[in-house]
Amino acid sequence: MPGKTHVQTTINGEKVDFLCEPRQSLLECLRDVIGLTGTKEGCNDGNCGACTINMDGRVVTSCLVLGVEAEGANIETIEGVADGSNLHPLQLAFLENAALQCGICTPGFIVSSKALLEQNPDPTEHEIRFWLANNLCRCTGYDKIVRAVQDAAKKMQEA
Amino acid sequence: MTTADYERNMILSNVDYKVLGTRPVRHDGADKVTGRAIYGADFDASGLLHGKILRSPHAHAKIVSIDTSKAEALEGVKAVATAADFPQTDDKKWVRDNILASDKVLYAGHAIAGVAAANPHVAEEALALIEVKYEVLKPVLTTQEAMADGAPILHEGLTTQELGEDSGVVSNTADHFQHVKGDVTKGFEDADVIVEREYNTAMVHQGYIEPHNGTALWNADGRLHVWCSTQGSFVVRDSLAELLDIPVSRIRVTPTEIGGGFGGKIPIYVEPVAAILSKKTGTPVKIVMSRKDTFEGSGPTPGSNIKIKLGAKSDGTITAAHAWMAMEAGGYPGSPVGAAAQCVFAAYDIENGLIDGYDVVVNKPKTAPYRAPGAPNAAFGMEQAMNELAIKLNMDPIDLRLKNVAVEGTRRIDGPTFRRIGAKEVLEAMKDHPHYQTAKAAGHGRGVSIGFWFNIGFDSACNIAVNSDGSINLTEGSTDIGGSRTSIAMHAAEVLGIPVEDVRPSVVDTDTIGFTAVTGGSRTTFATGWAAYEAAQDVKKQSIERAGSIWDVDPDSLQMEDGVISSKTDSELKMTFKELASQMSDTGGGITGRASVNPKGVGGSFAGNMVDVSVDDETGKVTIERFTCVQDVGKAIHPSYVEGQMQGGSVQGIGWALNEEYFMNDQGNMANSSLLDYRMPTSLDLPMIDTVIVEVANPGHPFGVRGVGEANIVPPTPAIANAVSDATGNIMTQLPLTPGAVLDSGK
Repeated sequence: MPGKTHVQTTINGEKVDFLCEPRQSLLECLRDVIGLTGTKEGCNDGNCGACTINMDGRVVTSCLVLGVEAEGANIETIEGVADGSNLHPLQLAFLENAALQCGICTPGFIVSSKALLEQNPDPTEHEIRFWLANNLCRCTGYDKIVRAVQDAAKKMQEA
Repeated sequence: MTTADYERNMILSNVDYKVLGTRPVRHDGADKVTGRAIYGADFDASGLLHGKILRSPHAHAKIVSIDTSKAEALEGVKAVATAADFPQTDDKKWVRDNILASDKVLYAGHAIAGVAAANPHVAEEALALIEVKYEVLKPVLTTQEAMADGAPILHEGLTTQELGEDSGVVSNTADHFQHVKGDVTKGFEDADVIVEREYNTAMVHQGYIEPHNGTALWNADGRLHVWCSTQGSFVVRDSLAELLDIPVSRIRVTPTEIGGGFGGKIPIYVEPVAAILSKKTGTPVKIVMSRKDTFEGSGPTPGSNIKIKLGAKSDGTITAAHAWMAMEAGGYPGSPVGAAAQCVFAAYDIENGLIDGYDVVVNKPKTAPYRAPGAPNAAFGMEQAMNELAIKLNMDPIDLRLKNVAVEGTRRIDGPTFRRIGAKEVLEAMKDHPHYQTAKAAGHGRGVSIGFWFNIGFDSACNIAVNSDGSINLTEGSTDIGGSRTSIAMHAAEVLGIPVEDVRPSVVDTDTIGFTAVTGGSRTTFATGWAAYEAAQDVKKQSIERAGSIWDVDPDSLQMEDGVISSKTDSELKMTFKELASQMSDTGGGITGRASVNPKGVGGSFAGNMVDVSVDDETGKVTIERFTCVQDVGKAIHPSYVEGQMQGGSVQGIGWALNEEYFMNDQGNMANSSLLDYRMPTSLDLPMIDTVIVEVANPGHPFGVRGVGEANIVPPTPAIANAVSDATGNIMTQLPLTPGAVLDSGK
């Protein structure tokens, strides 16, 4: 069995060290080594977006990043989106707009949408659809997800 | 009128309730937007081992031998399981063989062996060390190939059931059945116009984002505990009991949160293998399918070959209809062709009809339910034939449907007579809708269609415990895939006159609730909602009795409305449910309500679509420009989640129509078993999906609920095909309508 590498990262604002095998994806490290299971696996080949995280300011599918590549990285996962017990406006908007059914894709959509609104606080419907095209949802048909992002954008601008 | 000028999601309702019809935030919402909800793959247990499954590379082969010795010797491997580890009971061989093949593989991806190891990577390495010798056979991949004379036979022991009797003929056709009404020959003779055409649809997958998973612990006390993402914890329990030949009393199944199912998570796949591996190791074993496993080793919905013939008078009255439908069962018998037969002509009152159904085994994965199983395939043919008929008769396509529409009292060709249904109301709502009232844009095509799903009842149970603060804990056994905890809780809140926030609903395990059938068949809000209604009635009755004993009056003189218990005769006697709850302990103890139901008053649901498309002349690419879904739901308990079902079903139908298919090579290997190549719709492929909720109350439910999950996937494929035909002038006879297929349709 291959030896393990010591990786030092910051996850959701906290210093986190972990050991991983060279063949382990960052997704696997987050879920099985560190215990942050909010990031989901839907395909393990970068096509569904369920494992979307923010890494050094970029939205990435964590199944396509190796754990060892996270050395020194600043990572935000779904567990870091809420401010303590105060939900992020996107999380509230997803609930109020019924933008989830089964919920397995929801962490990825929220992490991805948050990055969009940070770059573009007032996106058009087309810009939202284009940005979120990397995240698959099979339950909602996307209508209520797009509306939730529009709603959150409006509320965040008003705030 | 532009789409901005009208309400995009409308509700046509005439009944008001206090809680029903409102849009509360779902009770499990916070867990699901913060990543805290525990889905099957998130489950952990001390000493957990990880399992992987070896799958056949061949679509059709005899298994000559399986040698697992090298895999077992690999460091880190704890156990290997094969079909030989199952109790070899006489029956259930096919069910067992679909979990782990014993003597033959019937599709590429067919499971052969399972390995448990310290981590998933070691388990995967071990799979490569298992040596399987195959005698490869020629595969049959379509119903046409499978039904041809001299076709390779999948099962030597399979003989055709011909019209209910065993023909004794060994064949790939497991079953041929017929429904007959009236005199079809005469009906066609009486027709002024006849349309007749053959249609083909491809095998498609439900496409849930969460792969199949299951963790099993075969404990030292001989009890088996399974945690998994399933649509029916009791189905898992009972299937495991049969396969492992142990009593249900020794099995406990805890349903985790589930990441989509659409019917595909009704059957079991990895759970029995995890159980056997846990029995061998004495530790919990978790198996999670990869995406490729999920495509190749779970249960998609069949491709089909369908012929529709319709005859009509010149005024549009249908005089005769014949449907001939053959569906791919996959490796073992059991396609949804029977359900398709119940739906194909259901929207219409037809005097003379004939339906032939064929269940045909082919070398593809054993099919499983997918949202209104069989009905979209049937509608793809029937609703295009209706379109062709409307063109021949020079009639408006909605008017032609209204001319023949099924209503209360109509007898379906397959037998049942409809109670109150909303097919007519759906068609009328379509005709009145701004979408239909507005001319299509230049160059666009427009299509309409209607579809039916019958919905089911079956068993559901619910318990309610009243808390001292007047809130209630509601426990039930229906896995919540799309917000059903809340819709079920709303039933109880309505009965008791309390806010839905005062109801705490939980989905519990098979040791903790009475038998509850699957989350499927659009039954959950209908049947488990009904159980919650009855359990709340039980609480209400006991609350009134308790108040009667406190006040020392006859309970019959009391009533409970809007959460207040009061006397019908003495205005002094009044107490809120909360006040009563605070006194429970001192006045006789806690109040608990319970109910088990098996409701028979199932109400079928009709859904209609209007769709505008544009077609790129050069590439053949179809773009959905506008899409409206109209559905009779009986009563929308939580309208947002009802709209969500309508939008989700519509978009699955759009994917089925335009992109999705199992693309097989001639050896039966799936060439597109990833979510890149199996092309499900993305947000960028779609417009907003407009909805119209029609509420024609189901007389068979206390609140008129019909069930909403499935009918909405039935009309999209023909509506889109009709729209593409309108745009191109060519009839679409096969799915999916890929750019190539659309270009070829003109040749």
